[in-house]
Amino acid sequence: MSKKQQKTKFVTNDILRSSITGAFQKLHPKYMVKNPVMFVVEIGFVLTLIMTIVPTIFGDDASLGYLRSYNGIVCAILFVTVLFANFAESVAEGRGKAQAASLKKTKQDTQSRLIGRDGTESTVSASRLKKDDIVLVKAGEVIPNDGEVVEGIASVDESAITGESAPVTREAGTDFSSVTGGTTVVSDWLKIRITSRPGESFLDKMIALVEGASRQKTPNEIALNTLLVGLTVIFMIVVVCLYPFATYSGVQIPVSTMIALLICLIPTTIGGLLSAIGIAGMDRVTRFNVIAMSGKAVEACGDVDTMILDKTGTITFGNRLAADFYPVKGKSKEDLIDYAVMSSLCDPTPEGKSTVELARSLGTRIDDNAAEQIEFIEFTAQSKMSGANLPNGSIIRKGAADAIKAMVKKDGGSIPKDLDEIVERIAGLGGTPLVVSADNVIYGVIYLKDTVKPGLVERFQRLRDIGIKTIMCTGDNPLTAATIAKEAGVDGFIAECRPEDKITAIKNEQAEGKLVAMTGDGTNDAPALAQADVGLAMNSGTAAAKEAANMVDLDSDPTKILEVVEIGKQLLITRGSLTTFSIANDVAKYFAIIPAMFTLVIPQMQMLNIMKLSTPMSAILSALIFNAIIIPCLIPIAMRGVKYQPMSAERMLLKNMGIYGLGGIIVPFAGIKLIDCIVAPLLSVLGI
Amino acid sequence: MLQIALTLAIFVLAVIPMGKYMYHITTNKRTFADPLFDRVDNGIYKVCRIDRKGMSWKTYALSLLMTNAVMVLAGYLVLRLQHALFLNPNGIEGMEPTLSFNTIISFMTNTNLQHYSGESGLSYLSQMLVIIFMMFTSAASGYAACMAFCRGLAGKRKDLGNFYEDMVRITTRILIPWSMVFGLILIWQGCPETFGANITVETIQGKLQDFAAGPVAALEIIKHLGTNGGGFLGANSTTPFENPTIITNIVELISMMILPGACVLTFGKMCMDRKKEKTAAAVKIKEPVFGKQGRTIFAAMSIIFLVGLAVCFVSEKAGNPVLETAGVGQEMGSMEGKEVRFGVDQSALFTTVTTSFTTGTVNNMHDTLTPLGGMVPLLHMMLNCVFGGKGVGLMNMLMYAILTVFICGLMVGRTPEYLGKKIEGREMKLVALVLIIHPLLILGFSALAVSTQAGLEGITNPGFHGLSQVLYEYSSASANNGSGFEGLSDNTYFWNITSGLAMFFGRYIAIIAQLAIAGSLLAKRQVKASIGTMRTDNVIFAILLVFIVYIFAALTFFPALALGPIAEHLTLWFS
Repeated sequence: MSKKQQKTKFVTNDILRSSITGAFQKLHPKYMVKNPVMFVVEIGFVLTLIMTIVPTIFGDDASLGYLRSYNGIVCAILFVTVLFANFAESVAEGRGKAQAASLKKTKQDTQSRLIGRDGTESTVSASRLKKDDIVLVKAGEVIPNDGEVVEGIASVDESAITGESAPVTREAGTDFSSVTGGTTVVSDWLKIRITSRPGESFLDKMIALVEGASRQKTPNEIALNTLLVGLTVIFMIVVVCLYPFATYSGVQIPVSTMIALLICLIPTTIGGLLSAIGIAGMDRVTRFNVIAMSGKAVEACGDVDTMILDKTGTITFGNRLAADFYPVKGKSKEDLIDYAVMSSLCDPTPEGKSTVELARSLGTRIDDNAAEQIEFIEFTAQSKMSGANLPNGSIIRKGAADAIKAMVKKDGGSIPKDLDEIVERIAGLGGTPLVVSADNVIYGVIYLKDTVKPGLVERFQRLRDIGIKTIMCTGDNPLTAATIAKEAGVDGFIAECRPEDKITAIKNEQAEGKLVAMTGDGTNDAPALAQADVGLAMNSGTAAAKEAANMVDLDSDPTKILEVVEIGKQLLITRGSLTTFSIANDVAKYFAIIPAMFTLVIPQMQMLNIMKLSTPMSAILSALIFNAIIIPCLIPIAMRGVKYQPMSAERMLLKNMGIYGLGGIIVPFAGIKLIDCIVAPLLSVLGI
Repeated sequence: MLQIALTLAIFVLAVIPMGKYMYHITTNKRTFADPLFDRVDNGIYKVCRIDRKGMSWKTYALSLLMTNAVMVLAGYLVLRLQHALFLNPNGIEGMEPTLSFNTIISFMTNTNLQHYSGESGLSYLSQMLVIIFMMFTSAASGYAACMAFCRGLAGKRKDLGNFYEDMVRITTRILIPWSMVFGLILIWQGCPETFGANITVETIQGKLQDFAAGPVAALEIIKHLGTNGGGFLGANSTTPFENPTIITNIVELISMMILPGACVLTFGKMCMDRKKEKTAAAVKIKEPVFGKQGRTIFAAMSIIFLVGLAVCFVSEKAGNPVLETAGVGQEMGSMEGKEVRFGVDQSALFTTVTTSFTTGTVNNMHDTLTPLGGMVPLLHMMLNCVFGGKGVGLMNMLMYAILTVFICGLMVGRTPEYLGKKIEGREMKLVALVLIIHPLLILGFSALAVSTQAGLEGITNPGFHGLSQVLYEYSSASANNGSGFEGLSDNTYFWNITSGLAMFFGRYIAIIAQLAIAGSLLAKRQVKASIGTMRTDNVIFAILLVFIVYIFAALTFFPALALGPIAEHLTLWFS
């Protein structure tokens, strides 16, 4: 998915429309009861509605002329509060649904060629394919369901799922043998063994996840919800008990005021936004083209202490690129470069291409036209060298030091004395030496280097800042591994790493009480992916790896794990910040409502009215209105997440505490005062 | 002021060696007195056939409950039958059932709320066998629970320890020896310690007066050391027999502060980093005075304590404006209900200490404190975590610590963890239960009292002060404090039963839930801290903790306080 889509407005008109409908549909008590905090508000709404119709039903003093209209206003504000909370959730879901809709388009019912046991071909609807059926898919056809290629090789267009337009190769018996339902075969044909039941394909799962239909509350969300319910219970006790206290003190408080107080005190802000935050967090991951199998996985990302990363593909490009030329004593560097270019001009490998590129940047006398006269000799495992035969009979080779040396010796040439030293030095740096010879004369060595992806060094530093350790796994020898590790700035490395070493490393870290994240693609990564607390599998990888992981990256870019971790952290921070904000708000609400309740009987209470709100009624209603409109005001933060910058826990805590804790105390004072200025004249018109 | 500063300085100095001593007791480490105590304890283990195996939280809680139940039963019988038993030189009658119920719960739960007057309601046998005995055992039970709780949090062993072993060790190694030391100081200063009957003398005015005596000193010292608070005499530590001089006053202050304060240090040492402990043992570095985790908790408690003390002191010093206009000078502050030998300084300090450390002993009448001065003890009992009673206060403060970690911990982008353990749904459920039960008992019963005839009859000062009286009674009961606001005629069925229930639930539900938390945290995988983890051992956390305590208390109790002390204060000063 392109950057463009990430930048789109967070609410489109479509989503807005469906969310408004959704907000009303969610008013159903059966649905509301899942969110106890808002359910209390809904009950409050029903009670005040009854009191609007029959004002004195709960024994309120009937002599107050404005009782009915006052109850009515409270009732209306409560209704809006519930709607706002539902709206927040609907918007979050709506954004997911919009994505799901585009996925669903790819999930049309297609006809597929089923290959029977006897080899006969029959046409079957894709939805009726069972697990372990074998189907044949030819160029231009859609792959009916997830499966494993059992025969054939073909290019597959996976843009429907990944958004990546370049087709990928899928081949039987390799790490790239898994195919996803809904993708299209562009060339050739594939025989595929179906691996998932109808309706349970990867695409189906994705749609369900993105839609939020199969969303389950995460452990932290459950714990937070418990706290919110606990707070709600405490405030119910407070408000219920306040009534007899007031009566004892000779204060008659209208029941709707008690309800208003309760609703103001219970954490409606976070209660209304909690599920929206969770859905939006998942959604942010999805927008990043990573499918999290559960919200729990995203949450676990925030807790990651250690990341185990493959060197090849994740940290480095994996191709060895030319970095320098070292001539042997007595030969000029220019000659070496020229021969190196001649040997590589027709070489399509990354090594060859990068040699030519480097040579061009350093200046070479050979131009591309020379290529036409060259006969290219390909690299083979036996010869361990490649090169070019020129029309004039010159034989130019580049290759492994041993192979070139052997060839030169055989043909009677001499080995320069300093060659071994150069070769060893390059190996010591973690590079690969390629020796260049022309007509039995060795000119020097090309230094091939595994290159660290740009920007990674800074990324690892960012991770270190937030306390995440990185460990690099590589099949290289310890010397090479150390060099790359140093260059990339990872905290540790495992050289000559076998798959089981990875699992051991994960277990060791876990035994120390750390949470481990890793990326992987091959089948042999599956056990490690399952062992890790966060496993990110590449979509290009095998089905087994994807099954074992709890996240799948559709773009198959292993470095994305870094972003996913940050998204996980951001989700938790958002949740904590809004909870703090919600609780801190109560301070101001108390200062609005408590004096308002008691000033009539205890005039001195007016001293606590530090906001100088105009009348008791307008104070109570202003607090209630503030309580309602803060929910939609915070929807953008809930959707986008609070700003996240890597820094130490200490500084992050202070910063967020300053914004959401202190801000949570101050903002409502200003907000309630402002609302009071608007509401008070209106109320006096109504005679309240 | 100097007196206050001096007393607090002694406290801080005394608490350090005490914390170390208690740490060694808790973790079965060597102390200087082992040769003696080991012999005593082994004798007890043998006689009682105590199997010193580690217990799970369930077994631990059950053992605590059952042991307490047996004591309650025995004590109840003694109270009811005291007229027929020996050691009753003053011929005291048997106690009435609801009062016995209230009294026995009160002493078993370390509350010591007294709806009776010692001199007229209890025989010497009851004083010793019920009151003094339970002062030891209830304090030991509370501290044992706290030790188990700390073991769970520290996570250095697989179980919570053995309840019976803890009870024995605490009693023989902490309570009894220290009671003897401090008790002798009290006797030296003039506290009576006798089995003789009350003394009747002819006063200068030629009238006869009874002087209540008895084994006062023995009770007096454990009353404070075990943060119990129930006086031998009705007027508690205001009387010269219980608290004769300024020296005894300071001894009593220190002895009620020392164990709850030392508890926090013990906790800190227990939670010390395992690695550090190892290196400390290897290199023979001196043990740090505070464990880092204990230090923040101690700091947070101290901040709240000092704020409360300042408010109480300033408010008492300001005196009463109504009396001022009536011509009674208030230069000395509000001296109504205070002993002249203590004055405002020692009274304000004693009041704040007795409610912060939930002892409940009084050296002045709290009923006559100025409204804001009286709000401080009320508030500190509502918080119930400013040092608090033996062990229990620490556990309550740790509930708030877990809450702080939960709310603030999210803001650093990790799921919350405390002392290396993840705080999840189960812990939050139990924390929420503990946090709910306290306001439920206080506000619920208070609401019941002010809306029923039986309750209203007990209130002697109608108006805002009456509400303060009611709130105080149930706060004191529910926080297991036991101090009386007095002024409430509370020896009725209604008050005996409701405050009895408040004490019972306030004590046991909280302790069971807290032990459950310890058990659940103990079972969890230890998570390693990194710089991405929210630290709980620095200044920021201490300040956050104070804020969370205040915000939660304010949110929960502000409306009730507004109608009680705050309304009283406003009408007193601004009318």
